[in-house]
Amino acid sequence: MSEIPADLKYTKSHEWVRTLADGNVEVGITDHAQGALGDLVFVEVPDSGKALKVGDTFAVVESVKAASDVYAPVAGAVVEGNAALGSQPELINSEPYGAGWIMRLKPGGAPSGLLSAAEYQAHLAAEG
Amino acid sequence: MPFNPHTPDDVRQMLAAIGANKVDDLFDEIPKELRIEALAGIPDALNEMQIGRLMMARAAQDGLPLNFIGAGAYEHHIPAAVWAVTTRGEFYSAYTPYQAEASQGTLQLIYEYQTMISSLTGMEVSNASLYEGGSAVAEASLMAVRAHRKSKSQRILVPTTVHPNYRKVAVATASGQGVRFEEIPCPKGQLSLADLAKYQGEDITALVIQQPNFFGQLEDVDAITDWAHANGIFVIGSVNPTSLGILKPPGQWGAKGVDIACGDCQPLGVPLSSGGPYAGFLTTRMEYVRQMPGRIVGRTVDAIGKQGFALTLQAREQHIRRGKATSNICTNQGLLVTAATIYLSLLGPEGLARVANTSHQRANELIAALTRVKGVRVAFEGPRFHEAVLLLDRPVAPVIAQLAARGIVGGFDLSVDYPELGNALLVCATETRTAADIKAYADALTESLKAAVRAA
Repeated sequence: MSEIPADLKYTKSHEWVRTLADGNVEVGITDHAQGALGDLVFVEVPDSGKALKVGDTFAVVESVKAASDVYAPVAGAVVEGNAALGSQPELINSEPYGAGWIMRLKPGGAPSGLLSAAEYQAHLAAEG
Repeated sequence: MPFNPHTPDDVRQMLAAIGANKVDDLFDEIPKELRIEALAGIPDALNEMQIGRLMMARAAQDGLPLNFIGAGAYEHHIPAAVWAVTTRGEFYSAYTPYQAEASQGTLQLIYEYQTMISSLTGMEVSNASLYEGGSAVAEASLMAVRAHRKSKSQRILVPTTVHPNYRKVAVATASGQGVRFEEIPCPKGQLSLADLAKYQGEDITALVIQQPNFFGQLEDVDAITDWAHANGIFVIGSVNPTSLGILKPPGQWGAKGVDIACGDCQPLGVPLSSGGPYAGFLTTRMEYVRQMPGRIVGRTVDAIGKQGFALTLQAREQHIRRGKATSNICTNQGLLVTAATIYLSLLGPEGLARVANTSHQRANELIAALTRVKGVRVAFEGPRFHEAVLLLDRPVAPVIAQLAARGIVGGFDLSVDYPELGNALLVCATETRTAADIKAYADALTESLKAAVRAA
């Protein structure tokens, strides 16, 4: 059973969103997503300043078996990509909701259409 | 690696297993209007005897002329062992070695090839090959757009000293993806820093430099590479692998070396064969390895710690990443890579340097002999490798025809690709041309030019 923290928001494409104290949001991929990908070997993180619309590809996560796009759950401008993933992509496997965050974003508006932890849990069960 | 096609029985069993009646049913999802039933201009199939006869007749038309054409494909001596080994059953397949457990020999050979090409170009990593030199420039351009994340323009500068066919292939391959190729005219037969000055400070993704260039001249690669890097521009070096026996490898051009080096393996043991098949090579720095197109073989250890070889970094390739793959080139030119690897193994660095030096000397002798003929002069000064542009005092095509009648392939007529050069002929000599061959050409050219004067 994968971990789904109650205080985060989610997407059907398995990204999570955390609202930070300064109003920016932090985005990563869920425990379920990292488990499905397997051991990550490379992560391409976005450059700061990049403007994103909802659904834009902002990162690529590559494991030994697949390279997958990660989609922006919220529109806005990239504040920073997680540089640590350049040398330690496995942080996404070990701490998907912590040190394995992928980008911080200044949202262009209030996030909408995201799932709660319970809704994401239900989505996983339905995808099952 | 054995390759066994399916028997009709195999096909029937597989169709039965998935509940399909015939193979065509598997393509049902492709709409009728998108299908082509027959290809216009393609004749019906011939059987083995018929095709053998046709090919013998065509080959006989070539005769056995003395060849002085280079222009991207070079006649070098190929030691007999190269194709004797390459055509052994164990190697004689272009099939991609997906199954590491069944393909260790092929995989090891590609790994050795990658090691040799990396070493020859002075770069950190090589792929398992591309189709040929032109597609290598095209793929290098697309790769530069992916790898150079600070540049947003997708503009690539290509001097006219780059092979005209390579430029055409690059435009055909990459322009549909928004890459814009901008030609830099080089009337002096060399790219100069002055030609580049107007691009100073602009957002340019990459600059292609060919060394030796299409005219056989040596570009000032150190200064040009440094200029490009100072302006935030990636450098793609398209190089002749034979020349690297004596010239500085692209990995050492300027202060940093190029970002991508590519070229054609043809000079390394691949016969001219009327223009192909050849094999392209592409190398880069390790930091860009994930943007590199095509296959890569890696060395690893198996479960009990023994050395083994396997395709690696496949997650970025099209059979996994589909439309977002780093390229839709899914092949490597396995057989030609085999030949190139055996050729390089037999020659070693010393042998390759000897081939390059001898070719350079023969070309100098050829140019000296031909420019002693009245009505012939050399177009461009400066250092060159084994080719040069000659200017004749009359149109080139009739002269080439007269030489051909004397059994001499006199060179490449530049009037189609470079009309601005006038009556320009690109000639080449490699280590295969003897003093007698060169004299035969000079005599024939003298006669030809005299005859034309008389006719006039």
